[in-house]
Amino acid sequence: MAEPGTLTGPTRVVPPSGGGPEPAGRTPGVLGAYRALLGAQARSQAAYRASFLVDLFGNVGATVFDVVTVLVLFGVTRELGGFTLHETLVIVGLSSFAFAAADLLVGNIERLPRYVRTGLFDAVLVRPLAALPQLLLMDLPLRKVSRVVFGLGVLVASVGSAGIHWTAGRVALVVVAPLAGLVFFGSVFVTTATVSFYWIDSGELANSVTYGGRDFTSYPVTVYGGWFRALFAYGLGFAFVSYHPALALLGRADPLGLPGWVGWVAPGVALVAAAIAALAWRVGIRHYRSTGS
Amino acid sequence: MGSVTATVAPPTNSNVTRSIRTFGAIARSGFRRYATYRQAAVAGVVTNTVFGFLRYYIFLAAAGAAGRVAGYDREQLATFVWVGQGLLAVIAIWGWTELADRIRTGEIAADLLRPVHPVTSYLATDVGRAGYAALSRLVPPVLIGLFLFDVYLPHRGATLPLFVLSVVLAVVICFGCRYLVNATAYWLQDVRGPLILWTLCSGVLAGLYFPLGFLPGWLEALLRYGTPFPSLLQIPLDVLVERQPAPVQLGLVGVQAGWAVVLLALCRLVQRRAELRLVVQGG
Repeated sequence: MAEPGTLTGPTRVVPPSGGGPEPAGRTPGVLGAYRALLGAQARSQAAYRASFLVDLFGNVGATVFDVVTVLVLFGVTRELGGFTLHETLVIVGLSSFAFAAADLLVGNIERLPRYVRTGLFDAVLVRPLAALPQLLLMDLPLRKVSRVVFGLGVLVASVGSAGIHWTAGRVALVVVAPLAGLVFFGSVFVTTATVSFYWIDSGELANSVTYGGRDFTSYPVTVYGGWFRALFAYGLGFAFVSYHPALALLGRADPLGLPGWVGWVAPGVALVAAAIAALAWRVGIRHYRSTGS
Repeated sequence: MGSVTATVAPPTNSNVTRSIRTFGAIARSGFRRYATYRQAAVAGVVTNTVFGFLRYYIFLAAAGAAGRVAGYDREQLATFVWVGQGLLAVIAIWGWTELADRIRTGEIAADLLRPVHPVTSYLATDVGRAGYAALSRLVPPVLIGLFLFDVYLPHRGATLPLFVLSVVLAVVICFGCRYLVNATAYWLQDVRGPLILWTLCSGVLAGLYFPLGFLPGWLEALLRYGTPFPSLLQIPLDVLVERQPAPVQLGLVGVQAGWAVVLLALCRLVQRRAELRLVVQGG
């Protein structure tokens, strides 16, 4: 936090020199710049009201269909991988809230390949602000708010109807687990985006882990088999986003044999993921050479 | 393949031959144009493969211990998923906004000056694109399915030719739908709304997220005859895995043919109405 006096300073503009001489004077300027970026985004997106409403509707639609798919599958079977509909919906709720929130806050990093290809990333780098927050604020997709609200609704409804035996620990877990999932998915978004520093035409490759991860975490991992499960669940860590926390909330033992405490420490995996993402981003930026366009 | 090009004088002067040659030339250039994006094709195959694994295991779980669900056994589900992941790129279900972009920028004026009808020339390009996608995007997931899983191979002799015909019709139907969605730009300028609706409906109603057989029978029938969506993926895949007896199989391809004719006629109608009101700015 900044000293109280500096916040009211007259300059909210970033000093042109970039590296300001005194660190205390920089903070309000930087915060102000970020706030200005966010404000400009909000105003420009709200300017076309009909388009914005269509986008709000369209974005919630995708998440609604994910839930509809689960309901349709349970129309032809009584259990999926040994889990009932109510139990599976807890997993769906944890996954869809975490993914939607991460997609809202960090998801637009998936535009990085285009920025690298068109050379816009050069413009981002020469500005006196950190590159990552700039990229995220440059087009924060406010239309995705509808998805987060729906995801939260699914989470609350599923947790409420699953007959969970509430303890203090479970109350804490039901708050921490979705937030940890947010951090985890956010880290996945950033890490996969850094691929475009090395492989410019990587196209939709990142989708296989980001959207693929969302689909993977929407079902109990017992559904999957073979090395695919080993890779996605434990190699990439997706089992700790929704499956293990859901087991701990529901008080069920893991059919795959991992001990019960895994569900309680699962949120910690998000910190590891965040550390890896931070490292990948730093290394990626260092490696970045402009495409020269 | 043949070495004829569009510039060589046709041996006969019939109009039919000439238009087939033109169509072929445009289709070949479409093939070449999309064949330049090789890295993107590799990335696309990886993504299709990951989703293939996800969907295969999820559908298999729905089949449960009995191993049968909605008229599919395990092998049929495997074929359904892996061929489906490849067909996704062949019909190019998502992401085509070329026509809408050209309408918005006014570049469509150049298309209207050409001696070939825009619906025909865009269709020819799309057929060429689909041909390249069949090699680069359909073959890899099919091979993965063949090597890693027990897949269902068709028993009836007529199934394979019927499947090829069904895929060609699916390409035409998907093109028709995308053309209509894009053509709303003549009236709306911004096609984001229709495009979002299309993206949402096509995935779930074509049978990508789950085979439409998982739905109640009356709903599946309503979708099949009342909308073109099942003709995009569900019908070609059902034809391939022989879910229905041979006469029904043939009837399903007939339904597709009907949709292809209706949609192409609609495209031409919409195009004519649009040209009457189109004003291109600038010079």
